[in-house]
Amino acid sequence: MSILTLFIIIPVLTIIGILFSKSHMQVKWVSVVGMGLQLLSAIGLILLYLAERKAGNMAEVLFVQDNLWYETLNIHFYVGVDGVSVAMIGLTALVVFAGIFASWDIVDLPREFFTSLILLASGVFGFFISLDLFTMFLFYELAVIPMYLLIGIWGSGPRHYSAMKLTLMLMGGSAFILLGIIGIYMHSAPNGGPLTFDLIKISKETIPLDIQCFLFPFLFVGFGVLGALFPFHTWSPDGHASAPTAVSMLHAGVLMKLGGYGCYRVAVFLLPAAAHELGWIFLILATIGVIYGAFGAIWQKDLKYINAYSSVSHCALVLFAILMFNQTAMNGAIMQMISHGIMTALFFALIGMIYGRTHTRYINEMGGLMKVMPFLAVAYVIAGLASLGLPGFSGFVAEMTIFIGAFQNVDTFHRVATIIAASSIVVTAVYVLRVVGILLLGKIKNEHFEEIKDAKWHDKISVVTLIFGITLIGMAPLWLSDMITGGLGPIVQKLLAAAPILP
Amino acid sequence: MLIMRHELLLIAITVILLIVEIFLPNTQKRKIILPAILLMAAVTVLGFFPGTPGILFGGMFQSSQLTMMLKNILNIGVLIIFIQSVDWLKQDQNKEKVSEFFLLMLSTLIGMNFMISSGDFLMFYIGLELATIPVAALAAYERLKEKSAEAGVKLIFISALSSGILLYGLSMIYGTTGTMYFVDVAPMITGAPLQVLAFIFFFAGMAFKISLVPFHLWTADVYEGAPVNVTSYLSVISKGAAVFIFTIILYTVFSKIAVMWSELLYVITLLTITVGNLFAMRQQNLKRFLAFSSIAQAGFILLGVIGQSQLGMTTVIYFALVYIFSNLGAFGVVGIISNRTGKENINDYDGLYRTNPNLSLVMMLALFSLAGIPPLAGFFGKFFLFTAAAKQGYYWLVLIALVNTIISLYYYLLVIKAMLLNNSDQPIAKFKSDGYTRLGLLLCVAGIVIIGFTSSVYELVFNLSFGLN
Repeated sequence: MSILTLFIIIPVLTIIGILFSKSHMQVKWVSVVGMGLQLLSAIGLILLYLAERKAGNMAEVLFVQDNLWYETLNIHFYVGVDGVSVAMIGLTALVVFAGIFASWDIVDLPREFFTSLILLASGVFGFFISLDLFTMFLFYELAVIPMYLLIGIWGSGPRHYSAMKLTLMLMGGSAFILLGIIGIYMHSAPNGGPLTFDLIKISKETIPLDIQCFLFPFLFVGFGVLGALFPFHTWSPDGHASAPTAVSMLHAGVLMKLGGYGCYRVAVFLLPAAAHELGWIFLILATIGVIYGAFGAIWQKDLKYINAYSSVSHCALVLFAILMFNQTAMNGAIMQMISHGIMTALFFALIGMIYGRTHTRYINEMGGLMKVMPFLAVAYVIAGLASLGLPGFSGFVAEMTIFIGAFQNVDTFHRVATIIAASSIVVTAVYVLRVVGILLLGKIKNEHFEEIKDAKWHDKISVVTLIFGITLIGMAPLWLSDMITGGLGPIVQKLLAAAPILP
Repeated sequence: MLIMRHELLLIAITVILLIVEIFLPNTQKRKIILPAILLMAAVTVLGFFPGTPGILFGGMFQSSQLTMMLKNILNIGVLIIFIQSVDWLKQDQNKEKVSEFFLLMLSTLIGMNFMISSGDFLMFYIGLELATIPVAALAAYERLKEKSAEAGVKLIFISALSSGILLYGLSMIYGTTGTMYFVDVAPMITGAPLQVLAFIFFFAGMAFKISLVPFHLWTADVYEGAPVNVTSYLSVISKGAAVFIFTIILYTVFSKIAVMWSELLYVITLLTITVGNLFAMRQQNLKRFLAFSSIAQAGFILLGVIGQSQLGMTTVIYFALVYIFSNLGAFGVVGIISNRTGKENINDYDGLYRTNPNLSLVMMLALFSLAGIPPLAGFFGKFFLFTAAAKQGYYWLVLIALVNTIISLYYYLLVIKAMLLNNSDQPIAKFKSDGYTRLGLLLCVAGIVIIGFTSSVYELVFNLSFGLN
């Protein structure tokens, strides 16, 4: 049994534990222990992976486990990881762990809340370790559907509307993905032999160009919906604003990465020729998304909306980088996913904590919070600085890599797109600094705020965990970048091999 | 004799129950419930023992591993319905006619078994009629309720009409081929105009039974009027059996004009899924809601029928099995709540989770399975249906069906929203359901959760579907 199976077994055991817990406290502690173990196994996985690579194991995927599931249709339970998936698993474990502590104050139906949350997490873990398209899709949907309950029951504002909108849009995306997957399956063995869902095997085959061009838009849009591809991003602001804290964290931090990861792992990897052929359409959309999200964030007054739009911008940057089709930019895309994942989770955690104390999320009703809750305020500044890409934090490393990679494409089209996208950095600085200024500095506008207490112990654990992640990547990006590069190798090679088909 | 094992066993227990019934005084009819369920359980278990395939009556009756499995599936469904009906049968209004419920149900089941095993259009027709007429009596079971009586009358009229159409088609087949045996008819189907007409009549007749659009108009009224347990029988067992034999006849008898019926099915599938879904969205009464949802589900099953070949047959049977468990789960919850409170509307379910969490969970699982959400069985069923249809190259049909699954998810979520998200000043009060109901729901949940994970069910169905085409 491979170590990867742990990432499925631990959540399942945790859920069983939660179902048998007697009190609120017990539910929380079972979740903490379960997700703590998950975080430890993620760290263990990273170390093991690095050790294997150091020892010279150059296999495309490591820690493989392959069980036949449906013999007739050749469906396997096939798991394995490369550098990219390892990094994503680390991200997920970190955010989920922080998320448990950030939702310490859930009073209403805690058992159901933590069950859904961990169900969602197990879907995400399963998605990242799967190498079989069928199981991958299964976990993808498993990760999406608990969102309906999480937002609908524990959310705020127009939660019923947001939950329904989010679920239907994401499941609509998954309908497209399903069509794409079945299409790929039907053409997975052009030279005869059994059809297969095996990602690695399919990547060795060449699917006919017309089929690729038919399937690529479905897959890219399908995953793009979750990756907040403009104009399919509209679920994101509503969903994030209505969701409870931990769910926003997980959703923006991890779930949206499923979209980017899927675009790159399934759409671009398996259909490289079509990606070259049709990539420009999505590049335009992604560029619009980057700049639109940033400008969208400027106009908002609600903290969660600001962050949701900034997530749209940052996630669009991931898709933008993937569509640049070169090693550096793709490297940046993965870094950006991880950096944004941790950073935005930190943002949403802090917003939740601030909201829990001030009972408002409107920035013009707040001010001077630095004086009453210095710990949270400083953390907010750190998250903000990471978001606008200050050197020393993860955001800088990621964005630099992306733009350097993007600029390697010498033609006018890519250059223009790059310049437009790069200008979003300035806009990002505007909205981040504006919020920091209004929210934290200045005078206290409301006398009730004088009595506010600073972070409690569980808040601190949550925040410190995430800040640790941001600075670790910001200060020592090379180990991560090396790990990702190793995983990207086959994909970039495949893309380059497909390029000559271009006219 | 072993060849007709399923039928003989059912006839035997019907006779036993009939005799027992005679000796029970009118006030003691309830005593028949437990023996009826136990006997049905015994029959279900005995059905799983390996039997001998073969033909009887000069080919009118044929039995194979496949038909035996189909009968087993129906047996399981009927057993669950028996268990779920206990709570309702124990009500005072039904105390004098408890045994009729079981007897009528068993006789329709016998009819279905004959229908599935038929090797000849005549036998098929007799089985079909035997399966239909008692159901009309069952639909009118609560005869003092106007709606129930209305449902019974509607069902008998519609059955008569559709049987007439079907018979007319069969007569044309006999006229052009000179025989009624499947094996003899099959090679003589050439696609001559009269045969096409015959096929269309046959198709229309079956479409009434499976309630495909545009032959679905009776469905919602009958489902609403009939008692919940009869409704679940109609929507699951009746429909399942009709789909099975429909697919078998299409694949064996009409395989030579497959091109023709594929196109017809294409259109009918689109209509059925879409219309069923669009109407389901607007329903307030849960029985009507499930009626339209089951119309849409029948459309999904047709996707598998279009898939043809062994893969198509497999997915049809597999999905029908999954659908039986999921739909019975949903109907079971609707039934028990209707019995205890008389409430059948979606907004009556507001805040149900806070008062009756277990029932809500069962309902949620059943609806998610119907919507095709992993890791529940419905997901696997739908996935295989789409694969089967895509294998024949019907990508656009699959896409439209996929869009329809999102529409269906929307209305299934409406019920889940009522139960879990909404709060109500007057939620359905907390009540304790009896052991039978719990057992029935537990069986459904077990089916919903387990069938998908254990690939062996699918492999078994696949291996038995071999040789149909």
